[in-house]
Amino acid sequence: MKAHGLVHKYGDNVDTDVIIPARYLNTASHAELASHCMEDIDKDFVNQVKPGDIMVAEKNFGCGSSREHAPIAIKASGISCVIASTFARIFYRNAINIGLAILECDEAARDIQAGDEVDVDFDSGVITNVTAGRTYQAEPFPPFIQNIIQKGGLLNSIKG
Amino acid sequence: MGMTMSQKILAYHAGLDSVSAGQLIEAKLDLVLGNDITTPVALNEFEKCGANSVFDREKIALVMDHFTPNKDIKAATQCKQVRAFAGKYDIKNYFDVGEMGIEHALLPEKGLVGPGSLVIGADSHTCTYGALGAFSTGVGSTDMAAGMITGKAWFKAPSAIKFTLTGKPSPWVSGKDVILHIIGMIGVDGALYKSMEFAGDGLQYLNIDDRLCIANMAIEAGAKNGIFPVDDVTREYCRGRFQGVPVEFSADEDAEYDQEYVIDLSALRPTVSYPHLPENTKTIDEAEKDRVKIDQAVIGSCTNGRITDLRAAASVLKGRHVAKGVRCIIFPGTQQIYLQAMREGLFEIFVEAGAVVSTPTCGPCLGGHMGILAQGERAVSTTNRNFVGRMGHVESEVYLASPAVAAASAVTGYIAGPEQLD
Repeated sequence: MKAHGLVHKYGDNVDTDVIIPARYLNTASHAELASHCMEDIDKDFVNQVKPGDIMVAEKNFGCGSSREHAPIAIKASGISCVIASTFARIFYRNAINIGLAILECDEAARDIQAGDEVDVDFDSGVITNVTAGRTYQAEPFPPFIQNIIQKGGLLNSIKG
Repeated sequence: MGMTMSQKILAYHAGLDSVSAGQLIEAKLDLVLGNDITTPVALNEFEKCGANSVFDREKIALVMDHFTPNKDIKAATQCKQVRAFAGKYDIKNYFDVGEMGIEHALLPEKGLVGPGSLVIGADSHTCTYGALGAFSTGVGSTDMAAGMITGKAWFKAPSAIKFTLTGKPSPWVSGKDVILHIIGMIGVDGALYKSMEFAGDGLQYLNIDDRLCIANMAIEAGAKNGIFPVDDVTREYCRGRFQGVPVEFSADEDAEYDQEYVIDLSALRPTVSYPHLPENTKTIDEAEKDRVKIDQAVIGSCTNGRITDLRAAASVLKGRHVAKGVRCIIFPGTQQIYLQAMREGLFEIFVEAGAVVSTPTCGPCLGGHMGILAQGERAVSTTNRNFVGRMGHVESEVYLASPAVAAASAVTGYIAGPEQLD
């Protein structure tokens, strides 16, 4: 599994309230959630994001609420992968469970800048910053987690 | 090597003699919780995988508390979906308007959680029940769906940080001040993936509501759970209330902790978290110097909507009046707390002071309804998060504090402690 795209970059402690504000939690529609993704931290995100783009942030990404609407909104907006220094634990689990690819890599998270072109190889955990000509090594997920992500989430993977 | 209290509860429910930090286990659940926001997403997953039964109709709790009484048509539609599911599968612990309360105030009160319980909930503040000596943690909707189907969940056994609380807190220092102080000390990711285990002779001065408040905000330090040892305070609260069989666990003497902190409760001051992270703490003495003018004071929530919280607010508001230009909104945690507060005459105090009393709801805490902030407005709130846009407009601000500080601030019109009113 691989990802390739341009980077949308954020800092520390991006919380689930800015990823998808609670005022939009009166729906479970993926498309509707995606239309408000990152609205309170980056108004232009939904207009600029292209399918396959990559989100990069620093520590404690996804802190706060357990709302699965947050990784759903990110995935449905077209983002192929989120790279962060660290993830908040509920977000981490939710992202895998709904099939949103994520990687923890502090070096990549700090070095990669907005607009950089990035390649991700999930089998090896190698992240390549094509723009800067640098590579970073993340811990790859074991095959069973990769399988969940590839199948589009936990319950899809159980269904077989 | 010994185990922490959290590890012991996980081992017990996994049918293992012991677990160590980092070990992946599968454990049997005593309760699976969802609310009106997270359950619809779980039901979509439930149906997607073709499930047609739940593991135990008595071990699922569905609480319609976030956008209820329904704030709009979409919110009403979500509740309708959950109501239909609860009816179809005869879910015993389905709580709708009239019976419901804010989930983390309601479940302990109803005796659905107690010492030794293992609980997952599709709400991040599920960690509240650690106050009763349970292992409880927040998950997402997919985990909730899988839990409802199988009655099990997988966990990575966490390592822990130990907080030894000593000394007696001064009269206006509550559980809220203790946890805000701790988050200010270790940061919003200071306990990431870990358990926060509380111990020490200072616990005797923390009543059950203080402990529920402290455990509730463990997630605001990134923790997987927060947990208190079971003592006479816990036993007294659970007696005649807890529907299960209490199992008391305690940490081994030689349990290993990643870090240990000793906190002298007698040295703490009422504490306030400034926007936009709970870790941005100042003591009330520092905050008063800033003369932070407020537009709204919110007293309630799963953090501070319990009877002792309402009593603290009433003791400050009695015979006083909310400042002109400030809206003071009080929302009791459950119907039972509402009734008790009414019987104790607290509502009379609130209304005469110029405050309003709302039905139990999560509403204002997450910017849902019943107290949204406009651009540039500021609230002091007894809730648990002060993120950007949390209670309304992206350019509004939330300052977190105890019920006593929120009530005193409502009276003065700027952030102040109750000592300012004397």
